Amino acid sequence: MSARLALEGVAARLGDRAVLAGVDLAVAPGEIVGLVGRNGAGKTTLLRIAAGTLAPDAGRVTLDGSEIASFDRRARARIVALVPQDTQVPFPFSVAELVLMGRTPHLGFLGFEDAHDLDVARAAMQRMGIEALADRAAPTLSGGERQLAVVARALAQEPRLLLLDEPTAFLDLRHRLEVLTVLRERAADGASALVVSHDLGLAARFCDRLVLLGDGRVLAEGPPRDVLSPDTLRAAFGIEAEIVTAPDGTPLVVPRSVTTR
Amino acid sequence: MKVLRPARLLAVVAGLAALLVAAIALGLAWGPSDLSPADALRVLLDADATGPAADIVRRIRLPRVAAGALVGAALSVAGVVFQALLRNPLADPFVLGISGGAALGGVLVLALGAALGLGASAVPPAAFAGALLTTAALFGASGLRGRLAATTLLLTGVVFNAFASAAIVFLASLGGMAEGTSIFLWLIGNLAAARTEILAPLALLFALGLACALPLARTLNLVALGDETAEQLGVSVETAKRILLLATALMVGAAVSVSGLIGFVGLIVPHALRLVLGPDHRLLVPASALAGAAFLVVCDAAARSVLPGRELPVGAITALVGGPLFLVLMRRERARGWLT
Repeated sequence: MSARLALEGVAARLGDRAVLAGVDLAVAPGEIVGLVGRNGAGKTTLLRIAAGTLAPDAGRVTLDGSEIASFDRRARARIVALVPQDTQVPFPFSVAELVLMGRTPHLGFLGFEDAHDLDVARAAMQRMGIEALADRAAPTLSGGERQLAVVARALAQEPRLLLLDEPTAFLDLRHRLEVLTVLRERAADGASALVVSHDLGLAARFCDRLVLLGDGRVLAEGPPRDVLSPDTLRAAFGIEAEIVTAPDGTPLVVPRSVTTR
Repeated sequence: MKVLRPARLLAVVAGLAALLVAAIALGLAWGPSDLSPADALRVLLDADATGPAADIVRRIRLPRVAAGALVGAALSVAGVVFQALLRNPLADPFVLGISGGAALGGVLVLALGAALGLGASAVPPAAFAGALLTTAALFGASGLRGRLAATTLLLTGVVFNAFASAAIVFLASLGGMAEGTSIFLWLIGNLAAARTEILAPLALLFALGLACALPLARTLNLVALGDETAEQLGVSVETAKRILLLATALMVGAAVSVSGLIGFVGLIVPHALRLVLGPDHRLLVPASALAGAAFLVVCDAAARSVLPGRELPVGAITALVGGPLFLVLMRRERARGWLT
C-alpha cells in the first residue's frame, strides 16, 4: 500500500534562507506522526507543502501515490485538511458558520450547504464539545475555544489526512487530550495525521512515530522511545534532559538545563 | 444553529429592494419643486405624462437619482469587498488609493481644463483614467507576479492617497477662485454633474463589479479568515483576489469619476448591515448594493432639499450623518465583543 503522504527530497526557501533542505517523510494510512523540533526548524513550512498550499522548490510530494500538484484544488481539499497556527478571525462569523466552511470542497455549484453538510458540521461540533458555542461570534471566543472550532472545521472537511500546526497550543490539558483522542479515533477509521507539537509528552503518548526536524533536515525519526534520547534532544533543541519511562512504556522528557558550549 | 438559507437571502434582497424603490420615489419627489413620492412614481411610470412635473422627474431628477443609486451601490459593494480582502473592517472604497488617482485626474481637468479647452464633461473620463492608472500602479507595486499581500496593498494605497492629495493641493493653488471652488465641491463629492450620458458606462462598470463579487461572495467569507485557510479549503485565493480587486477598482473608479469623493458610504453601509444581517458575504454583497443605493439616494434628496434655494454637496451630508453613525455602530460592535 502506498503512503498516504510521502515527501521525497523536499527543499524550500523563504527569501534567501533555506528552510527545508532535502526532507524525506512518509505517513501511512491510519498512522499519526508527530513533527517536533525547535522554533524555526521548518515544521510549518513542511505542513504547508504537505497541504499543497506551498509548492516546494525541489523534491516530490505525493498523496496516496499521486503527485499533490496533479490534484484539482477542491479534490485536494477533500483529502487534506490543514489546521493553521494563526486562527484569528477579524469578522463576527459564528462558530457554526466557521465549522461549516470546512464543507467548502464538498459544496455544489450554488455554494449553499445542504442538510447533510449541516449534519456533518453539527457532529464535528459535538465531537469537539462546542455545540453550545454554535451561535457565538468568533471574536468573542477565547483562544482555546477558537482552536477547538478550527479543529472541528477540519473534521467537517472529512479529510483522509489531517495536518495540524500546534493544535493544542492554547488548550488546557483536558482539551489537549480531547483533540489527540479525536485524532486517534480518526486514525482507527483509517485517516492519517501529521501533528506539529511542542508538547513532547503528549506527542510521545499519542503518536505512532515522531519526526524530529532541525535546520531543515530530519535529525531522527521512528517510534517515540527511539527518537527521544538525550543526544537527539541536545542536537535538536540545545537542551540537556533526562528521559524517564512511564509505566505504560511512554518515554517522558524531563528537561534539566540549556546546553552550554 | 443559525446559518444562511436561500430563503433568507431572497427575503432580505426583496425587503431591501422595496426599500430602494421607496428611496427612489423620495429622490424623485424631493427638491426645489415639491411633488409627492406617489405622484413622482406615477409620472415616471406613465409614458404619456407631459407637463412640468414630467419634465422635472424625467429629465432632471431621474438621471441624478439613477447616478446616486449606482454610485451608492458601487461604493458600498466596494467597501464590503475591500474589508474582506484586506481582512480589515476599517477598509473603505478609497483605502487603496484608487480614489486618489481618480481625484487627481478629475482635479487636473478642473484646474487646467479651461486653459486646455476642456469643459466639465471632460472631468469623468479624466478621473476614470486616473483610477485606471492608479489600479495598474497598485498591482505593479504590490507584486502582480507574487502574492497580493494585504499589508502591501494598504501601505501602497495610503502612500498613493497622500501623494495625490499633495498634487491636488498644488494644482488647486495654480488655479483661480472659480477653479478652487469647483475642486473643493468635487473633493467633497456631489452628484450635481450627473448627466444621462454618464449613466450607461457607470451602470456597465457597476454591473461588471457586481457580476464578479456575487459569485465570489462565499470565497470572500473564506478569504476573510486568511489566505492559508482559504487556500487549504480548495479556493484559488490569488486568482479570486485579482479578479475582485480589479473589478472593484474599476467600479470605484467609475463611481468617483461621476461623483468625486463621497465619503463614509462604503464604510458605514457594510458595518450597519453586518450588525443586522451577520458577516456572511453571500448576504452582505447583494444587501450592500441595495442598501448603499437607497442610502445615497436619500442623502442626495436631502442635499437638494435642506437649504431652500441652494444645494449641499451630498458628500457633506454623508459625512455629517456618517461620522456620528459610524461611532454608534462601532459602540454596538464593541458591546457585542466583535471589536477589542
